[in-house]
Amino acid sequence: MKARGIAVPSGRVATTVAQAVAAVRPLIEDSGNPVVVVKSQIHAGGRGKGRFKEHPELGGVTVVLAGIDGGVQAAEEAVEELAEKMLGSTLVTIQTGPEGKQVNRLYIEQGVDIETELYLSVVLDRAVSRNVLMVSTEGGTEIEEVAEHTPEKILKATIDPAIGLANFQAADLAYGLGLEGNAFKNAVGFMKALTAAAAELDTDLLEINPLVVTKDGNVMALDGKMSFDSNAIFRHPHIAEMRDDSEEDPAELEASEHDLSFIKLDGTIGCMVNGAGLAMSTMDIIKYVGGEPANFLDVGGGATADKVTAAFKIITKDPAVKGIFVNIFGGIMKCDTIANGVVQAVKEVGLQVPLVVRLEGTNVELGKQIIDESGLNVVSASDMKDGAQKIVELTK
Amino acid sequence: MSVLVDTNTRVLVQGMGKTGRFHTDTALAYGTNMVGAVHPSKAGTVEHFEGETDHSGVQGRGDTYSADLPIFRSVSQAVEATQANASVIYVPPPFAADAIMEAAAAGIELIICITEGIPVADMVIAKRYLEDKDVRLVGPNCPGVITPQQCKIGIMPGYIHQPGKIGVVSRSGTLTYEAVFQLTNNGLGQTTAIGIGGDPVNGTNFVDCLKLFNDDPATEGVIMIGEIGGTAEEEAAEWISANMTKPVAGFIAGTTAPPGKRMGHAGAIISGGKGTASDKIAALDAAGVVVAPTPTDMGTAMLEALG
Repeated sequence: MKARGIAVPSGRVATTVAQAVAAVRPLIEDSGNPVVVVKSQIHAGGRGKGRFKEHPELGGVTVVLAGIDGGVQAAEEAVEELAEKMLGSTLVTIQTGPEGKQVNRLYIEQGVDIETELYLSVVLDRAVSRNVLMVSTEGGTEIEEVAEHTPEKILKATIDPAIGLANFQAADLAYGLGLEGNAFKNAVGFMKALTAAAAELDTDLLEINPLVVTKDGNVMALDGKMSFDSNAIFRHPHIAEMRDDSEEDPAELEASEHDLSFIKLDGTIGCMVNGAGLAMSTMDIIKYVGGEPANFLDVGGGATADKVTAAFKIITKDPAVKGIFVNIFGGIMKCDTIANGVVQAVKEVGLQVPLVVRLEGTNVELGKQIIDESGLNVVSASDMKDGAQKIVELTK
Repeated sequence: MSVLVDTNTRVLVQGMGKTGRFHTDTALAYGTNMVGAVHPSKAGTVEHFEGETDHSGVQGRGDTYSADLPIFRSVSQAVEATQANASVIYVPPPFAADAIMEAAAAGIELIICITEGIPVADMVIAKRYLEDKDVRLVGPNCPGVITPQQCKIGIMPGYIHQPGKIGVVSRSGTLTYEAVFQLTNNGLGQTTAIGIGGDPVNGTNFVDCLKLFNDDPATEGVIMIGEIGGTAEEEAAEWISANMTKPVAGFIAGTTAPPGKRMGHAGAIISGGKGTASDKIAALDAAGVVVAPTPTDMGTAMLEALG
């Protein structure tokens, strides 16, 4: 962000207690501000209000004031104590779910003299097929809450992709936020830099919350969140490298290596489907007939038998899976490809749970023949509701 | 009658790679009027196709077909030589948005983009480029458009279709096949089936298709298939309430989808509590649409809507 002209407070990443402590002195000496902030680095929002499972008294973001009276050494000691508690502990926020996420990285940041806190984000407005810059005076709160209770406090500018954010648009928003003087000028610059960064980095969402205005009229991003368009990641190898595999579900990670779209769920019926819409509604129909899906899995249009085998293995690895439902309506995906993949997978990993297969579409007869001739213990279904009912019945 | 495509549609293929070739072959077998292809590295050559006729397609043809399609360097050259009025895009994702703009610049009236995985920012630019042009884009990330026994453009299996009286419009490819197959089995058949695609930025939307079907004398009812994410279904519901003169049945995928997770399609994500299936079902319900409880019931829902 810094490299793109987006002002942020100085800070350092720490993965050990020693690194956290070592960060304190240079930050205080550089900024002349005796306050530092210790932030948990996990891929989820709501960290400020989040609490640690092991230390319920402790928030995910903690301001260390000890340096005001006690100087650098007191600040270091306070950071040491915090880092010992935070590193390796589990932070539960509104976005992590009740199981929380383990904190393996901290960010030690300089303190800032805050005058006001604002909200800024660049996000796609699907209704107009363009990015929109959204700003609000309600910094520090979840924007969804602002949108629901006080929508008049959100100001927007639609960004023309050929022009970017025009000066007058940024100025309108800065006026709307009630900014004056240096803060106004700096905010206009910040907004233009932010929208340019969103375009350059192919972000789905680029959110600064809060954007702080300091007492001397500087504006800087105190916290932020970015998500990237995975379709565009090929032109941003440095972003792909930033992905922290330890925070991903291992099965989802394995699936992504095979270019499968997979999401782990809490149920007992594994699903293998072609097409996102069909995969989603296969989950829905399993629930509708009284079962619980164990996953979302779209093998995609151009899948090979090997890819289908990989998908099948990922499903059977999950110990919660008590049955498998393969639901295919072949378009590009040919039913014989699916059938070959399933047969190959069962030969490799065996089949300990009931398997219901519903095939329709391109090469359906060939697919059915392959399954029939394989000698596998497979239950055929005539349509997807029939298939869902059968697998739910078989896993009771 | 039908909408968007019929026997007068002259189709150009952009991207004659493996995928493009495979689906060009099935389109020729179906009887679609394919006139040529754009593929710069093969420009000046001819691509030969032959095989057994798909008799579920255009009627009155022999048992085999044979075609030689000329390959061009650019869409404008191809249009000049072939008078193509529609194009289908199989170009890989990094280049597909550019292919859309090229087709529009060359005067193609109907652009159908099959490619999945185009960066959103590229589509934002392409859509802006199309804004002041008299062109219709369907997709991207869609199965295509088919008017049974007249013209098949895209990747859908032809044999599940049958000429009839229902218009089909869908964000999901495979769910389109489900709906179409049920309409074939219950005898209603289809006028035209349109896959509008699952991306957050796409060309033709639900309302555009509903308008087309509403104005098409042969269409007696419409099935629309939506999914979680965005507000396109809610906008469609509003339009149906105010304008639709024909019965509509519907289905929404993603009732059980967890928030914040992208369900395969880039557009299928519940974010900030918005775009849930229950909101969409409620909106369609209120607009008088018969919403099928499961995809297996879409054909029955259409029968019920027709009364």
